[in-house]
Amino acid sequence: MNWLLVVEQCLNGLQFGVMLFLMAAGLTLVFGIMNLVNLAHGSLYMVGAYLATAAFNRTGSFLAAVAFALAATLAIGMLVEVIALRTLYERDHLDQVLATFGLILFFNEAVAIVWGRAALFTAVPRALSGHLQVLPGIPYPAYRAVIILVGLAVALLLYVVVSRTRLGMLIRAGASNRTMVGALGVNIRLLYTVVFGFGAALAALGGAMAGPIYSVLPGMGEEILIQVFVVIVIGGIGSIRGALVGAVVVGMVDTLGRAFLKPMLSTVLGPSAADNAGPALASMLIYILMAAVLFFRPQGLFPAVRS
Amino acid sequence: MAEPLLAVRGLTKRFGGLVATDRVDLEVADGETLAVIGPNGAGKTTLIGQLSGDLVPDAGTIRFAGEDVTALPAPTRSQRGLARSFQITSIFPEFTALDNVALAVQAHAGHSFRFWTPARAERALREPARATLEQVGLGARAAVAAGTLAHGEQRQLEIAMALATRPRLLLLDEPVAGMGADESQRMVQLLRALRGHHTIVLVEHDMDVVFALADRISVMVYGRVIASGAPEAIRANAEVRRAYLGEEIPA
Amino acid sequence: MRSARALTLLAGFLVLGLVPVVAALANQPFYLDLFRRIMIFAIAAVSLDLILGFGGMVSFGHAAYLGIGAYAVAIPAFYGIHSGLVQWPLALALSGLAALAIGAVSLRTSGVSFIMITLAFAQMLYYLGISINAWGADDGMRLARRSQFGGVVDLANAYVFYYVVFGVLVALLWLGHRLIHARFGVVIRAAKSNEPRMRAIGFATFRYKLAAFVIAGAGGGLAGALLTNQTEYLTPSYMHWTRSGDIMVMVILGGMGTLYGPVLGAVAFLLLEDILSAWTVHWQVVLGPLLVLVVLYARRGLYGLLPGAGARDG
Ligand SMILES: Nc1ncnc2c1ncn2[C@@H]1O[C@H](COP(=O)(O)OP(=O)(O)OP(=O)(O)O)[C@@H](O)[C@H]1O
Ligand SMILES: [Mg+2]
Repeated sequence: MNWLLVVEQCLNGLQFGVMLFLMAAGLTLVFGIMNLVNLAHGSLYMVGAYLATAAFNRTGSFLAAVAFALAATLAIGMLVEVIALRTLYERDHLDQVLATFGLILFFNEAVAIVWGRAALFTAVPRALSGHLQVLPGIPYPAYRAVIILVGLAVALLLYVVVSRTRLGMLIRAGASNRTMVGALGVNIRLLYTVVFGFGAALAALGGAMAGPIYSVLPGMGEEILIQVFVVIVIGGIGSIRGALVGAVVVGMVDTLGRAFLKPMLSTVLGPSAADNAGPALASMLIYILMAAVLFFRPQGLFPAVRS
Repeated sequence: MAEPLLAVRGLTKRFGGLVATDRVDLEVADGETLAVIGPNGAGKTTLIGQLSGDLVPDAGTIRFAGEDVTALPAPTRSQRGLARSFQITSIFPEFTALDNVALAVQAHAGHSFRFWTPARAERALREPARATLEQVGLGARAAVAAGTLAHGEQRQLEIAMALATRPRLLLLDEPVAGMGADESQRMVQLLRALRGHHTIVLVEHDMDVVFALADRISVMVYGRVIASGAPEAIRANAEVRRAYLGEEIPA
Repeated sequence: MRSARALTLLAGFLVLGLVPVVAALANQPFYLDLFRRIMIFAIAAVSLDLILGFGGMVSFGHAAYLGIGAYAVAIPAFYGIHSGLVQWPLALALSGLAALAIGAVSLRTSGVSFIMITLAFAQMLYYLGISINAWGADDGMRLARRSQFGGVVDLANAYVFYYVVFGVLVALLWLGHRLIHARFGVVIRAAKSNEPRMRAIGFATFRYKLAAFVIAGAGGGLAGALLTNQTEYLTPSYMHWTRSGDIMVMVILGGMGTLYGPVLGAVAFLLLEDILSAWTVHWQVVLGPLLVLVVLYARRGLYGLLPGAGARDG
C-alpha cells in the first residue's frame, strides 16, 4: 500500500464527510428545533446542484452560480416551509415522513421535466482545476481541497452562530421552550421559516459544490440523504457536534472502505473472492458501523439533551 | 428476625446536578402500609420509579423478597410481585376498562405468544379481570373505553391494573390526586380494604388519607428521608413540622 | 352497521375474485395482470400494517423484505432449482431472519431514529444487491420459469396464478384477523398505546415487538416471492427505498391499524398510478403533491369512509 494513496484517500474521506456534514447540520437543526423529520432535505441538495450546474454552464462563473443556487434554494425552502411543512410541526413523525416523501416525488420529477433524466455534467471551475501540494510531494485536487475548507468554515460559522448570537440563542431557546420564546415577543413562525431556509441553503451549498465531482441527476438527493441519516443516528439526533463527528467518521469509513477493502481482502481471500466480496462489503460498511454504534449507544455518540 | 419484604439501601438518583434521591434507606415489612410524604419535588415519584424498575438508580441496592432486584428491568420486577400505579394516569385509553385489567392479568398468565384464540374469549383472563374491576367499584363500567372514563374512575382503574397482577407489594403514587371529595372518600375506603391483605408503599399529599391508612410514615425532603416512624411520632417530630407539615399542603 | 361493513367487504372480495372472469369476457388480460400486482402489494401492505398500524413501529424499510423474497426465488432458479416448495419457504425464512437481525438492532431505539435506521438498513441491502455481479448486479436477472409446484399448480397459467395470489391474500387476512385479536395481537396493540404501562404490568415488550417485526418481514418476503413470479424478473430496485415509501403510503391511504385498509390502499394507490402514468410520464409530479394533501387533510384513510367502519376494526 503506498502512502500517497492513503493520504489522498483520507482527504477524499474528509471531503465526503464535509459534504455529509453540510446536509446533516441542516437536517439535525430542523429536527432539533422544529421536531420535523424532513425527508425532502435531499431534494433541496439536488435542487441546489441543478441550479448551480445550470447557472455555471450558462454564465461561466462558478461563484455567481453558487450564489444564485444558494439564494434560489433558500427561497424555495422557505416557500415549501410556508406552504406545506409548517402545518406538520405538530403532527407525528409518520405524517411528516409521508408528506415529505410526497415532496421528494414532486422534486425528482420536476427536475426531470426541466433538465431530463440523464445526468448533467459540468467541469471543475478552471481556477480550481489544478492540484495543491498539501504535504511535500503529495498533490491533491484544488477543488476538493476547497470543499474541505468551505465545509470546515461552515462548521465554525455554525458554531459561532448557535453559541454566540441572538439568533443562536433564540434557536437554542426555541428548541427547549417554544412558549417562552413566543412570550418574549419573538415571532416564532418567522424564526422557524428562517431556520428552515438556512438549512435549505446549507444543503444547496453541498449540492452546488457536488455538481462538478458527482453526477447531477434526479434522485441524487436521496442517495446522500440516507447516508446522512446514518451520520445523524451515529452522531446523536439534534446535535450539531454529533453531526460533525458522525459525518467525518462516515465519510472516512465509506471512502477508505471502498478504496482499500478489496486489496486488503484479496491478500486474505485471493483476488477472485475479493472481487465479489470487496465492493459488497464496502457498500455495507457504514451501516454495519451504525449497527455497532447503536448496539452500544442507542442514543448515538452525542445525544442532545432534551427535557 | 424475618427479612423485610422490601429493603432499600443507599439509593441515589441524579438528574444532571439535581440529586432527586439522596442515599435513601427504607424497609417495608410484609403486610405493612408505609406512607411516603414530602413536599412537591421531594423525589417521591422518582423513588417509586426506581423501586418499580422504570428508572435506573445511580447507586444503592434494592432487595425485594430476599433477592437483589436492583438490576432487574421493570417487567421482571412485575413478575416478581412488584406493582405500581402512576401519579399521572397511565392506562390504555382505546381499550375498554375490562380489557385494561385483562391485560394486567394476561401479563401474569403465561406467555403471550398465542396467535389464534381471541384473548377476549379466554375466561382465564376475563373472569379475574372482571372480579378485580368489581373490587375497585368499576364493575358497571367494564365495557366503556378507558379513555372516556371520568378522572376518578381512571384512578380506580389504575389501582385495578396494579391489583390484577396479584402483587406482593403495591407501590401507589398519589392514588387520590385530583379527586373530588366523594371520589376520594371511595378511594380511601378501597385502600382501607386492601390494607393488611397487601403490603403497600403509599405516596400521598393528603394528610387525612395518610393518617387514616399508614402503619408507618417516612418523610422525604430534597431527596432525603429525614424521618421515619409511627404516625404519632411523625406528627410530633419537630423537624418534620418545620420542613413539611408547617408548609402549605396542596389539597 | 356491523353487517353493512361485512357486506361491503364481501362485495370487495367478490369483485377481486371476479376480475379474471371480467378480464376474460372483455378480452383484456391486462386487468388480470394489474390486479394480481395490486394484490401482491396488498400482501406487502397488510404485513407492514401489522407493525406500523397495529404495533406503532414506523418501519421505512419494508421493501427490503420484498427484495429478499424476490432473491429467494430468483437465486435458486438461477441455479436450476425451480420448485416453489423450496423457493417460497426460503423466501419466508430468509426475510424473517433479516427482519430478526434488523429488528434486534433498530427496536433498541424508537421514534425518528427507528425510521431512519430501518430505512438505512433497507438501503444497505439495496446496495448489496446492486454490487453482487454474480446475481445480476443493478441490471437484475430474468426468471427462467415461475415457481413450480410439481405440475399440480401451474403458475404459468395467468388465471391459476391469479387465484393463487388471491388465496394467499385471503389466507393472510384471515391469519391477521386471528392474530390481532389473540393474546399476541393484544400485546402489540397495547404496546403501541402505552408501552411504559405495558412494562409496568409485566410485559417484556421487546420480544413481542421483535416477533411482530419478524412476522411482518416474512409477509413482505412472501409478497416478494410472488412479485418476481409476477414480473418474471428480479431487480434490486424491488428493495429501493421509494418502494418502501410506496408500501407505506398504501397503508396510510387505506387506513392504518385496520386489517382491510391496506388492501384498499394498495388498490387505490396502484390504480391511481396506472391512471396517472397513462396520462403523463411525469405522473409523480402530480402524485407527490396529492400525497401531501392526503396527509394534511384526509388522514383517516379510505377504510374510514366505508359504511359501518366506525366501530373497532375486526
Ligand atoms: N426525568 C427527569 N429529568 C430531570 N429532572 C427530573 C426528572 N424527573 C424528576 N425530576 C426532578 O426531580 C425532582 C423530584 O421529582 P419527583 O417527581 O420525584 O418529585 P415528587 O416528590 O414526586 O413531587 P410531586 O409531589 O410534585 O409529585 C424534581 O425536582 C423534578 O423536577
Ligand atoms: Mg410525584
